[in-house]
Amino acid sequence: MSDKTSGYLDMELLRFTTAGSVDDGKSTLIGRLLYDSKAIFEDQMEAIEISSQKRGDEEVDLALLTDGLRAEREQGITIDVAYRYFATPKRKFIIADTPGHIQYTRNMVTGASTANAALILVDSRNGVIEQTLRHSYIANLLQIPHIIVCINKMDLVDYSEETYNKIKEDYKKVAEKLNIKDVRFIPISAKFGDNVVDASENMDWYQGATLLNLLETIEIVDDRNHQDARFPVQYVIRPQSDEYHDYRGYAGRVASGVFRPGDKVKVLPSGLETTVKSIDTFDGELDMAFPPQSVTLNLADDIDVSRGDMIVSAENAPKVEQEVEAMICWMNERAMMPRGKYTIKHTSNEARCMVRDVKFKVNVNTLEEVTDDKQVGLNDIACITFKSAKPLFVDSYKENRITGSFIMIDEGTNETVAAGMIL
Amino acid sequence: MKEYNINHLRELEAESIFVIREVAAQFENPVMLFSGGKDSIVMFHLARKAFAPAKVPFALMHIDTGHNFPETIQFRDELMEETGTRLIVRYVQDSIDQGKVVEETGFDASRNKLQTVTLLDGIEDLQVDCAMGGGRRDEEKARAKERFFSHRDEFGQWDPKNQRPELWNLFNGKKHMGEHFRVFPISNWTEMDVWQYIYLENIKIPNIYFSHERDVFVRNGNLLSVSDFIPMRDTETVEKRIVRFRTIGDATCTGAVESEANSLEDIIEEVAASRTTERGTRHDDKRSEAAMEDRKKEGYF
Repeated sequence: MSDKTSGYLDMELLRFTTAGSVDDGKSTLIGRLLYDSKAIFEDQMEAIEISSQKRGDEEVDLALLTDGLRAEREQGITIDVAYRYFATPKRKFIIADTPGHIQYTRNMVTGASTANAALILVDSRNGVIEQTLRHSYIANLLQIPHIIVCINKMDLVDYSEETYNKIKEDYKKVAEKLNIKDVRFIPISAKFGDNVVDASENMDWYQGATLLNLLETIEIVDDRNHQDARFPVQYVIRPQSDEYHDYRGYAGRVASGVFRPGDKVKVLPSGLETTVKSIDTFDGELDMAFPPQSVTLNLADDIDVSRGDMIVSAENAPKVEQEVEAMICWMNERAMMPRGKYTIKHTSNEARCMVRDVKFKVNVNTLEEVTDDKQVGLNDIACITFKSAKPLFVDSYKENRITGSFIMIDEGTNETVAAGMIL
Repeated sequence: MKEYNINHLRELEAESIFVIREVAAQFENPVMLFSGGKDSIVMFHLARKAFAPAKVPFALMHIDTGHNFPETIQFRDELMEETGTRLIVRYVQDSIDQGKVVEETGFDASRNKLQTVTLLDGIEDLQVDCAMGGGRRDEEKARAKERFFSHRDEFGQWDPKNQRPELWNLFNGKKHMGEHFRVFPISNWTEMDVWQYIYLENIKIPNIYFSHERDVFVRNGNLLSVSDFIPMRDTETVEKRIVRFRTIGDATCTGAVESEANSLEDIIEEVAASRTTERGTRHDDKRSEAAMEDRKKEGYF
C-alpha cells in the first residue's frame, strides 16, 4: 500500500454547521471552502457556470453549489439543510449547511444537533446583530463544543483591524452572557478567499490560523463523554442457527462512557445487575467499546433485555424519571397543544407523554425569558415540563448529548414537531 | 485521549450500522435495494456486520432494467449464494409487458426512469414499509437535501420542501397505512469513503470496476459500452479502449472512463486525482438541471 493510500485511512471526522443570515455570504463561504480545497469538480463547476450565465450573473455564483432544489435556485434562497462533504489529508468534513432565514430556526437546530463545531458568520459592515445573538444562542443551546466566529466581507471594510477588533469585543460580551466556552475569531473574505484556505495577503495584522487550518486541528475526541457508561439497546440479536443456539446479543451504539468485558453493569428499567461477558462484532470480540461505536453486548446472566432498555454502569446510572423538565425547540406549523399528548423518542426508547407546563419562552433576539405567553409555535424555544407514561433513563443534555436529547412526535400526523434538551 | 480515537471510516461504519439496525427495529417488512453496484455492495456488507452472528433479517431487492452488465448479475448471484441471503428481483420488462410504462424510443432511450414504476409496484405488492437504498448525499445536489429516514406518501412521492426535521440520531419512522420510508444508511459517505472502505475491509466487487479492454463508442463525451440495448448512430464508431466503470447503473446510461487502474490502490489514487464527479459519467443526470430532484419526487431511488 502506498503512503498515499494509507494516509486516507487515518483521518478523523469533523461535523460542522454554518449559521449566518441570507446576505452574510454563507453559501459563498462554503463554496469557497469546497472550491479552494479542491472538493468541487469540473462538471459541478461547469454546471453552475451555465446556471449563472442563464441567470445573467456576471460572476460565477458559488452559492449555486449548495442550493440544490429547484425552488431554491429559482428563489435564490436556501430552504432546507444540505449536507456537503470535503476532505483534506487530515480530516473528512461534513457540513450541515443551514438556512439563515428567520423562519428556519428549526433547520439550524437540526444542523447543530450533530455538529462538533459551528461557524457563525458576521458581516463586518454590520457587526454583531440580533441574528448573531440568535445563532449563538442556538449553537450554545445545542451544546456545540466549538464556536468559530467568521468576520466576513473584510474586503468591504478595507481589511480594517479596528473593525475586526470591535466586532470581536462585542461578540465576547455575547459569549460571556451565554457562557460559551470555546470561541475563536477569524477575519475573512469568503468572496476573495482571504483566510479561508490560504492566509490573507491583505491582513498582515492577523497572525492566527486560517479557517481550514482551524477546522483541521480543533481537538474533538475529548468532546465525547467517556465517563458515564450508557448503552441504549437498539435490537436483540438471536441467530436462528444451530451454531449460535443460545446466543442473545444486545445490539446498539455506545452513547457515552466506556464498556469492557468484566464490567459490572445494570439494566434499566429492571435494575438487574450483571457483567459484560463480551463485546461482539462481525470482526470478532473487542476489549473495549466507546462512543460512537456500534457493537453487540453479550451479558453474563440470562436476563430479560429488550429494545428501549439501557445497559449502564452499575455504579453510575442515569436518572430514571417520568417527570421531565426540558428546553424544546418547536418545529411544526401546528402550535403545541396545552396539556397535549405526544410521543417521545428518547434514545431507543419511546413513550407517550403529556405536556404539563410551559415555564417560559425564550425571546431569542433579546435572550429574555417570557412568562406571560404560553403559546409555543413554530421556531419557538421554550422550557417545558412533561410527564411520560413510562420511565425514561435520562442525563442532562449538558452532560450527555445523547441520553439528554429527545424528539416529540405528533400522534396524528406522525411528524417530528419538537427537539428537546433535558435540563 | 488517544485511545478513544476513531478514524472517519469506522465512525461512518458505526453510524450506518446504527441506521440499519434502526430500520430492522422500526419496520415490519423492510427490504434493502441492491443493484450490484459498489454502494449497494458496501451497504449490504454493513448490514451483515450489523446483525452478526445472525443473518441479515430482511431480503434484498433488485430492480432489474434488463439492461445489465452481465458481470454484475453474475456477481450478485454468487454473493447471494455465498451469504445465504434472500433476493427479490422485479423486472422493468414486466412493467412494460403489463402496459404500466411505455418504453422510451430513440437513440438516447433509457429504462432508468421506468424503474421508478417497477420499484413502487414492488413496494406495494410486497407490502414493503421501508426500502433502504445506497444513495449518498455527495452524489448529487438534490440528494444533498435527503434525510436518513425519508418519508414517502401513499404515491411513493418525496416532498423535499416539507421533510421531517432529523436531529441527533433519533430517527422517526412513523407513518400511515400505505406510506413507506426510504432509508439511506450511507448518506454521509463520499465516493472516496466507499473506495477506502472497500479497500480496508477487502470487499469483493464486480470486475468491471477494474481496468479492462472493452468495445465502446463516444456519445456526448461519454464512453458507452457497445451492447444490444443501445442503438448506435451512423456517425458513431466502435473503438477498443482500456476502461473501467466508476459507477454501475443501467448499461444504457452509464459511461466508462479510460483507466489503467486495476487494483483498489490504483482506484483510490485515481479517485483522489479525479477532477470530475462519478455522476459525470451518468447520462441520466444530464437531462436537466433538476433531473435527479424530479425523478426522486416521483419515487426514484
